[in-house]
Amino acid sequence: MESRSRQFKANTLAALSNPGLQQNMRQAKGKFVDKRAKSIRELDDFDGTRTAAAAIRNRVLDNLDLWLEKFEASASARGATVLWAKDADEICRHVVDIARRHEVKKTVKSKSMLSEEAGLNLALEAAGIQPVETDLGEYILQINNNEAPSHIIAPVVHKSLDEVADLFEKVHGTPRKTEITALTREAREVLRSHFLTADMGISGGNFLVAETGSVALVTNEGNGRMVTTLPRVHVVITGIEKVIPTLEDLSTLMRLLPRSATGQSISNYVSVLTGTQAAGDLDGPEHLYYILVDNGRADLIGSEFQDMLRCIRCGACMNHCPVYQTIGGHAYGWVYPGPMGAVLTPLYTGLENALDLPHAATLCNQCGVVCPVKIPLPELLRKLREKQVERGLRPQGERRAFKFWARLAASPTLYALAAWFGVRYLKQLAGGRKTITSFSLVPEWMLGRDFPAPEGKTFRELYAERGEKK
Amino acid sequence: MTTRDDILGRVRARLNRTDANAATGRIAIDTLLVARPQGPRPQVDPEKSALVARLIEKSLAQSSTVDRVATLAEAPAAVAKYLRDNSLPLQAVIWPQMGQLDWLAAGVAVAARGAVDADLVGITGCFCAIAETGTLMLCGAPDAPASVSLLPETHIAIVPASRIVPGMEDGFALARAELGQLPRAINFISGPSRTGDIEQTIVLGAHGPYRVHLILLEGQ
Repeated sequence: MESRSRQFKANTLAALSNPGLQQNMRQAKGKFVDKRAKSIRELDDFDGTRTAAAAIRNRVLDNLDLWLEKFEASASARGATVLWAKDADEICRHVVDIARRHEVKKTVKSKSMLSEEAGLNLALEAAGIQPVETDLGEYILQINNNEAPSHIIAPVVHKSLDEVADLFEKVHGTPRKTEITALTREAREVLRSHFLTADMGISGGNFLVAETGSVALVTNEGNGRMVTTLPRVHVVITGIEKVIPTLEDLSTLMRLLPRSATGQSISNYVSVLTGTQAAGDLDGPEHLYYILVDNGRADLIGSEFQDMLRCIRCGACMNHCPVYQTIGGHAYGWVYPGPMGAVLTPLYTGLENALDLPHAATLCNQCGVVCPVKIPLPELLRKLREKQVERGLRPQGERRAFKFWARLAASPTLYALAAWFGVRYLKQLAGGRKTITSFSLVPEWMLGRDFPAPEGKTFRELYAERGEKK
Repeated sequence: MTTRDDILGRVRARLNRTDANAATGRIAIDTLLVARPQGPRPQVDPEKSALVARLIEKSLAQSSTVDRVATLAEAPAAVAKYLRDNSLPLQAVIWPQMGQLDWLAAGVAVAARGAVDADLVGITGCFCAIAETGTLMLCGAPDAPASVSLLPETHIAIVPASRIVPGMEDGFALARAELGQLPRAINFISGPSRTGDIEQTIVLGAHGPYRVHLILLEGQ
């Protein structure tokens, strides 16, 4: 998927001035936050479980090459073919090759963010293979001219019921329905016929289990099960970082993933799939492929950003982010929104292509507090800001301003003088009011903020006066 | 150079991999795969009646329904009653391993095979059930096809009380002990299929069953 992260500011302004989006975002945010808060109370030791989960993920990342070899050996032993892809193009090439090899005309897809990274649907269409998204949210987006998802768990969180109703009426040519149950039923019927006639299923993978060579798939709708049960070919596309050692580790992570994502104790369907159809089996794919994807991940190993690879894609960070809650996911401009996206997008698409994202955070640490694998998101955002400065990527005006500030702050005399002038100037600017609401030096910064007006003296002056009184 | 070598090569370089530390690393992996450490688990009383009570409570919370009978022989009548009570057809696709029960006497016409689109009711057993979350663990096999719990609008599962375990770890341990290698498909099922994609409003029956009904065999 092509990144639109460079237009972050314009995207944000558009999002803020879209009343429909603002209404939909307001509605969604309470639901995610409240449900999660309630469900984590079911665990006797939530924080200990988070610590254990972070350790599981670190254990693999610290020896990723060896764990990948282990997974590859286990999966191959059960009849799967393990392929590797360096980037988006190679993912698409592999999938198209597999489809051609097995004479596939139609493929049904369970939600996969890597498929979004790769822009896979367009590549399949170009090759004459019909891709059908089967997650309800992803399906809605696909029939709306391949719109991008705005959330990794709830892809159409930005849309209202009315918008979906209009879309179904237009695309399906059926009478307009306004009940969510009726719309869901309509999608079920349309998609059921695709499940039954597709030759190939494509899924992501929540986890790859090294011990058994299995993929674990977590869904609520059951589309993940359909895609991996009915077609004769199954292709799993996952990042190389998704390996976990054992089924016990899967059990630990499954206490956290659904609770953090949707506030459920467990998702409706957790499938642990190993190998191809066995002798006598009445269902399951005859051919199973894993595509293990780099696309920027390998270079994070051993770096100061390795912690980010622990991510299990639950979406809790965005659900709790005051910035995401206000601007929605599309503004971030690429596949992953919210705090995790603000870290991943510059790392995967280039620092220079997403300059605003690491700054699109208040560093309030809500994301860090809720992260089930304890990723220090604010710290990573701060490191990305530092990288931008180190590589001279910040705008010239900002660089000059900070240079000037550095010189000022290094000299006590100059600093005192500047502060003396500063408070008096700002007091005058306030003109007797308690807050300053506009300031021509930083007009954009003042758009969303008021600045408390100084009362006319610097801290040093007040401190000196206090000393005299004593 | 293949993509595999390129990706693994860069990971190795970044981890300062040497032959010596690779050998120690592989030993550590093999040790871990034998030890299989577990994370913190919520307390679940492992006593049989407590497991039954918790499975029922959690299953209801997942929007499943539960009926209790004493033995497997009583299951067909309980299925027939459930189907009648819910105005559902007395006709079902069933796991071949459950086909030997006396369905005829109960008045339910069963077809022992994999499910097709037209099947409205699917009857399965279960490998075991997990009390912690109210979850069925189904292991695919020629006589236990995965499609039966997936395609029909109604899924009825027969669950012997002796097969209720506290947590997911115990289900996996049972699978290792009884099946050796994992079957192609293990499906953990917790209530009817659902979606919350439109306005985060939960709707049952997204792609899989609208109804999941457990028939608990208390004496078995």
